[in-house]
Amino acid sequence: MIETEGLSRRFGEHLAVDDVSLVVRSGEIFGLIGPNGAGKSTLIKMLTTLLPPTAGVARVAGFDVVRQASLVRRHIGYVPQLLSADGALTGYENLLLSARLYLIPRAERESHIAEALERTGLTEAAHRLAQTYSGGMLRRLEIAQSTLHRPELLIMDEPTVGLDPVARTGVWEHVRKLRESFGTTILLTTHLMEEVDALCDRLGVLHRGRLEEVGTPEELKAEIGPEATLDDVFARVAGGDIETIGRYADTRATRRSAIEHG
Amino acid sequence: MGDRSLAGYLTQVYAVADAEVRKLRHDPTELLTRAIQPAIWLILFGEVMAQVRGLAPGGVPYLDFLAPGILAQSVLFAAIFFGISAIWERDLGVLHRYMVSPAPRSALVIGKAVSSAVRGLSQAVVVYILAAALGIGVNFHPLSLLAAAALIALGSGLFSTFSLIVACIVKTRERFMGIGQVLTMPIFFASNAIYPIDIMPPWLQAVSRANPLTYEVDGLRAFMLEGGVSRFGLLTDCAVLLGAWLVLTALAARLYPRMTT
Ligand SMILES: Nc1ncnc2c1ncn2[C@@H]1O[C@H](COP(=O)(O)OP(=O)(O)OP(=O)(O)O)[C@@H](O)[C@H]1O
Ligand SMILES: [Mg+2]
Repeated sequence: MIETEGLSRRFGEHLAVDDVSLVVRSGEIFGLIGPNGAGKSTLIKMLTTLLPPTAGVARVAGFDVVRQASLVRRHIGYVPQLLSADGALTGYENLLLSARLYLIPRAERESHIAEALERTGLTEAAHRLAQTYSGGMLRRLEIAQSTLHRPELLIMDEPTVGLDPVARTGVWEHVRKLRESFGTTILLTTHLMEEVDALCDRLGVLHRGRLEEVGTPEELKAEIGPEATLDDVFARVAGGDIETIGRYADTRATRRSAIEHG
Repeated sequence: MGDRSLAGYLTQVYAVADAEVRKLRHDPTELLTRAIQPAIWLILFGEVMAQVRGLAPGGVPYLDFLAPGILAQSVLFAAIFFGISAIWERDLGVLHRYMVSPAPRSALVIGKAVSSAVRGLSQAVVVYILAAALGIGVNFHPLSLLAAAALIALGSGLFSTFSLIVACIVKTRERFMGIGQVLTMPIFFASNAIYPIDIMPPWLQAVSRANPLTYEVDGLRAFMLEGGVSRFGLLTDCAVLLGAWLVLTALAARLYPRMTT
């Protein structure tokens, strides 16, 4: 579903993504972890055609991200790190906008929207302005919007950042449901090892732009020792103290969601 | 149903424009506050300047001469700050939704221009009512109204697309705010909006003749006023506006995707 080779992105002198060769298989849930600034969002922006690579190639859903960008876009869904639903529109109107942009035939539009609202538990709130939604509802609206056209691949950048535990498990459930109902392949980034354990079949660890490890959670843990956790995997790659990194990520996340929902 | 069909393209243009119009319907205060400025210009500036004899050419009362200029001005001022909302959308993340969609970038740009045209037209309604109330000889013939509406839509789309291009270049709200002022004033004053071109020094005349606003005002003078005439010819007016809009749209379609990087 995703195949990259030597994918790199340079910002001036800084190599944000460095020679990443990654394969995400059809039907799997793949997690991307790594400390702040590791290059996760940059990698994802290249895969979603938002940012051109400075070197290397990537095929997503069978198409080249540079030469066939619009075909890639048609086949994938994307939940950005920043929320992309328009607060000045209702949930329904946000979905209607997406349905039209993705050229879902008029006859199917309403049924697709109703199904997506139902699936994400937003039917009741459909005609309220999105700016009145809670953080969890907004995330679910994002998922509804980005899966309206039944993409083969859904890419999510920190889909549960700033959510309380209940809302978070809610999102996990929707992600699992997506794969069950439509066979959607999912690539997500996260700072929560718990999320990787709960959701991901495989994960990759990114550090300073380089993809340092790829494997199933079990494989990566086993490399370290019998009692190892994903925190240990993360710490070994990132080389730092997981405590400080974790705390930094949390404050950032809280601040960001305060901005978004405030 | 291919992405490349015209019907699909128009659906995508409509999607963007419709979303904007819905937002305006949810919160129409912006339209009301924007009605204040043209009122001030017509009532304060217009009434005073009307005392100066012979300012408007051909013995036309100055207020009549001024009204189409103020109409074009209010459309310009509304459109030029369009770029701010584009930057705002980028900062909020809303722009990403558009950019990851399969819609051609030009469809997104045109959709935004159409929504700006809707705004421009709602402003025009206010200015028309105001002008009639001030006793200006407004032409309410349906065909003239239709033609004026087309010009207003075109001007609005043109200047909002221009504003979008500026936004794509400067990228931050702060910089845009500074530059927005710097751009609007010359566009407005170096035009025939509030005085005839003939009384300008030659260099300014040259600038005015290269300014699309001049042609919008010129066309509006013909359509908005009872017995109004265009100085450059309506064909020229429309051709200049349409040509400028197409060029700007092509440019904006190239620059718009860079906003998310
Ligand atoms: N547009 C840009 N211009 C310059 N540098 C950039 C740009 N975007 C990202 N970077 C830099 O690239 C690096 C990777 O950033 P990126 O956002 O991909 O990290 P991330 O892994 O998503 O981090 P986080 O966990 O904080 O979201 C950072 O050092 C960042 O400062
Ligand atoms: Mg990120």
